[in-house]
Formats: sequence, structure tokens, C-alpha cells
Amino acid sequence: MWDYSEKVMDHFHNPRNVGEIENPDAIGEIGNIVCGDALKLTLRIDRSTEKILDARFQTFGCGSAIASSSALTEMIKGKTLEEASKITNKEIADYLDGLPEEKMHCSVMGMEALEAAINSYRGIKAPAREVPEGEKIVCHCFGVTDKKITQVIEMNSLTTVEQVTNYTKAGGGCGQCRPQIEAILAEVSKKGKEKKGALPKKMTTLEKIKVIQETLEKEIRPYLRADGGDIELVDIDGNNVYIKLSGTCQSCPSMGFTIETFITQKLRQAVNDEEIEAKRVPE
Amino acid sequence: MKTIYLDNNATTRVAPEVFEEMRPYFDEFYGNPSSMHSFGGMTARKIAEARMRIADLLGAGSPSEIVFTSCGTESDNAALFGILRSYPSKRHIITTKVEHPAVLNTCRYLMREGYRVTFLSVDQSGQLDLEELREAITPDTCLVSIMYANNETGVIFPINEIAAIVKEKGAIFHTDAVQAVGKISLNLKESPIDILSLSGHKLHASKGVGVLYLREGTKFTPFLIGGHQENGRRGGTENVASIIGLGKACELAGLHYDEEQTRVRTLRDRLETSILEKVPNTLVNGDRVHRLPNTTNISFEFIEGEAILLLLSDRGIAASSGSACTSGSLEPSHVLRAMQIPFTHTHGSIRFSLSRYTTQEEIDTVINELLPIIDRLRAISPFGPKSKGIGIR
Repeated sequence: MWDYSEKVMDHFHNPRNVGEIENPDAIGEIGNIVCGDALKLTLRIDRSTEKILDARFQTFGCGSAIASSSALTEMIKGKTLEEASKITNKEIADYLDGLPEEKMHCSVMGMEALEAAINSYRGIKAPAREVPEGEKIVCHCFGVTDKKITQVIEMNSLTTVEQVTNYTKAGGGCGQCRPQIEAILAEVSKKGKEKKGALPKKMTTLEKIKVIQETLEKEIRPYLRADGGDIELVDIDGNNVYIKLSGTCQSCPSMGFTIETFITQKLRQAVNDEEIEAKRVPE
Repeated sequence: MKTIYLDNNATTRVAPEVFEEMRPYFDEFYGNPSSMHSFGGMTARKIAEARMRIADLLGAGSPSEIVFTSCGTESDNAALFGILRSYPSKRHIITTKVEHPAVLNTCRYLMREGYRVTFLSVDQSGQLDLEELREAITPDTCLVSIMYANNETGVIFPINEIAAIVKEKGAIFHTDAVQAVGKISLNLKESPIDILSLSGHKLHASKGVGVLYLREGTKFTPFLIGGHQENGRRGGTENVASIIGLGKACELAGLHYDEEQTRVRTLRDRLETSILEKVPNTLVNGDRVHRLPNTTNISFEFIEGEAILLLLSDRGIAASSGSACTSGSLEPSHVLRAMQIPFTHTHGSIRFSLSRYTTQEEIDTVINELLPIIDRLRAISPFGPKSKGIGIR
């Protein structure tokens, strides 16, 4: 049995906004009965403000497909089309306190239906069964294009073919396209690395000190203070950051090694330098 | 809330009599049947008794034809590998598209090892074309493995007829009878079946025990290599309590055989007929004549199986589905697809499987609870009878 969150079960048992708006301003249809899930989204839109006044859905699918559709309608009601169009599948899943990995494609279906509805309102014809310009079908079993796969990989930081299948269904049928998905994964990862490589090179010592001070102040101190502790920067010498802990941090049993590791990690991330080491100085 | 358990093809309740029989063999008589002392010897005698009881239920020629394993899957694996390794020059296997994964995936593995495998098709009722089988057997065919009864639809194959064709052509015949034993009367003495697999937990014994029936004189290479247990045909210390339990379960199955054919069958028919009458756009999958008495597989159009199961489960009703979403894969049941059941039906298929513990009251509760569940989901569905449908069907 799937491990569904309480929120998923709630939206499955009491789906919000079920039905179909008469003469809707926008319709988004996605999926089909062959694939095993389908969603029809109808919207009422205020033409002057482009605000979504009402949203209704009909879903053919499993528990999480129904819950994702219900969540989607709740999330977009009252938003402008511009705001709604920024909703990602991850946000739909988060709204439901998460979905099992194998069910993430239900949240992707929600995002796609919304995309289709907004396109229909803007007069962009749904691609129906034709492949959109510049895209190519990778998974023929479920009709998933390279663009969709790339988009979902980037949006959810996916790294394996299995994940791509869970999110988009691509590769879940005959499995012939799995090598192609592998290639797309490699492509996205390469692009990602290039982007990272283009980031600022090495910081100057002065920049580093500033970032370290800021990180300690804004990210670490509030965390320690929540437990009645505190932190003070004593000195920075090369890659060594000397800190002093006070308050309950002094007597906390998990203090010491754990806290040093935690701060070290935070600082390494902040200054993008794996050499940085946080060191505690005694009172 | 009391559970109404209609998922007996997945697993069954351990019969109270079985549990009682097993109990002392955990902490009181825990000896190893291979030991050279009477404390161990006592369990060996009980195992011999279990072997006898199982041979009786199967109508086997001798208890020595019974080999204990750990489960149905092990029995299937042992059958396939054990036979193929005994005839290394033959490289062809025949099976069907509707087998349990224990056979299907083992055959796919063997293909990668260089074996040639023929997967026989079934028709819309789930039945085989015996002419296709006859034509598929060649001198290179080592083994034909065909299930006795299908776990999803309950469809029964004419196994004795099939086995006769296979024997006539000189190949070895194995049947996965995991769903059949206890529900169908067997008489292996009079049957041409060479090897048969069964699983304990499908007939009210515990999980973790299975049987491989090996007809006397069948060439067999052990699958699990180790000690001298099971006459050198399967190494490993016996799962004593479970084996003793399985013996008892087989004895009970023999006693309850008539009930399975009458009372359980009547309840199944009552459930099926009422659902078909009350719920529109509903149909039964598979041959309704040659079918296990406890199983019905019903498709509810326009809706998806997992959603039905979740709502049934809320009411304490346990069943299963051939929908993609419940299988953990993205494609619906390979059995229903092999039967060329349209996708509109496969996604909304529900299997109810009864047992001798099922009561009429339970069946009537399910009949009453089902209609509102189906209505509710159809009201949400874009394909529902009252919906306008979806453009891109």
C-alpha cells in the first residue's frame, strides 16, 4: 500500500472543486484513458484582471491523481494567470505534504493541465496529438517529449532514469527509450556543471570574511538562539574559522563535534570553498 | 472495524487448526530433523507425516515425490533451472504470457542466458490455443511451464490435456499450481504432469513454505545446493513448523474441498451477479465457466482501480486491482493486456477472491457498499457517463 500523507488522503476523500464550469474561459485537458490517468481542468477568469475566479476539475486516476487535481484547484483560485503559471509540480506535491516518488507524475499532470488551460485562454491551441515545434517524442508508450523530460529533470533535480519514469512515466512502458533518457540526464547534468563553473571564481579574503560573518549572523545564530545558545566569531586565520559557543550550547550534549561539522558545512557552502574549517575555542 | 477479506489469492489467513499444529514446533520441539537424537528425530517423523498429507491431497504416487521449498517462487525457479540444467543440450522453453512473475521473469532471465522462449498467447477469455502449443514444441524444447489457474482472473487451463500434448512430443511439463491446490481436485498419479509448484500461504498455511512435486524418475538438478535434506534435492534446514502446518492445511483442504465447490462458489456468484446487475458499465474478465470457484475479476468502466481499492479499504474491505497504479509499474496487468481487454477496462479492474471463511453477510455488505463508491468516482471522472468527456481521448 502507498504511504500517502494525511493531506493526500483528505483531498482524495473530500476533493475540492469537482466538476465542470459551464462555458468556461479556459479548458486544460491532459492525459488519456489509455495511460491510466487524465485530468480536465476548467477555469472561470476575470477578463480585466486575469484573475482565476473559479476552478473545477474532473480526474480519471488513482488516489494521488485525484488529490493532486484537487490541490491544484485550491492553489490557483484567486491567483492571476501570471501567478498561477509559475506553479511547479513540486509545489503541488509540497502542498499535499509530499507524494510517493512513484506518484510524482500525478503532480506533473496537474502542472500540465494548468499549462494547457492557460494556453487555451491565451488562444494558443493545445498541441493535441501533434508534437510541438522543436520537440521530439522520446517515450512513444506514453508520448513524452524531450522538452518535457528536460524540464522535469531540471525542476526536480532528478539524477536517475527511474526517477524520470516516476515523474513523467517516460520509460515505464516497453523501456526502449531508457538509453535516450540516460542521454538527456547526462546532457542536463553537463549543462548544470557548466553553469556552476561559470559562477564567481575564488573570493578574495575580504569577500570571504564578509560572507562568513553574514552566514554566522543570519543562518547559524538564529538556529542556536532557538535553543538558548549563541555564537561569536573570534578570528579567521587562513581557512580556519575560530568560533566561541556560549549559553546552553556550552552544556548541550550534542554540542562539540556535531555543531562544528554543521557550521563547517554551512560555511563551505556559503563561500564555495571545501577547505574551510570551523574550530571551537574554549571559553 | 472488522476486515472483510476478499484478497485470498494474494494470501490467506492461517487456519486456527494449522496454527495450533505448528505452535509446539517453535519453542518446545525445536529439534533439527537431521540430528542423531530422538529429540530431533521426533520432528523428522512429523515432517514425514506432513509429506504424506500433502501427497494425499495431490494424489501423488509416493510421499517421496514431495520436496519442501521456501515459497511458490522458489518452487518455480527450482523447477525451471532444475530441469534445464539436467538437459543442457536443449535450449527451448515454452510458457504463456499470463504466468506469474515467478515464471515469467525467470523465463526472461533465461532468454538473456541464451535460451529461446515461446510465450503462448491467450484469447479474450484468457484461454490458450492448444494447436499453437502443439506447433510450438520442437525436438529442442526442453520444458513447457504453464500455470494451472490464473491468479488474476481465476481462469483454469485444461492442464491434463496440455500435459498430455507435451509428453507426447517428448518434453517435460511443469505447472505452477499455486492458485489451484486446495481449490481444484488433483490426482497426479493419473496425470501426465511431471513437476508442480505450490505455495503454503495460499491455502491457509503460513508464509515461507512451498512444495515442488517431482514425479518419480524425473531428472532434476538441485537449485539450492547444500546438505542432504529432501533427499539431496533441496539443501537447507527444514522450516519445521511451517511444513507441519502445511501438512495440516492440506488435510483441511481435502476436508473442505466440497465446500469450496459449493458454498464458496455460490457466494462468489452472488457477489458477481449482484454487482453486474446493480452497477452499470461493468463486466467480468475471463472465462466464467473454467474458473476457480473463489475468484472474480470485474472491470468498472471510466474509473481507476486504486481509487476504488482505497475507498473499499476505508470500509474495511480488502480486494486487489490490475490497474497500473497498484502494480507499482506504470502499465496495467500483463494478464488483462494479454487477453486484449481494452485499456478502458483494465485500469478499473478489481479482483475479489474469497475463501472458506467468507460469509454471506460479508458478501452482502460488499454489494451494498460498492455501488456508492463506483458512483462517487464516476462523478469525478471526465469519462463518467454524465461527463462531457475529454477531447484528447
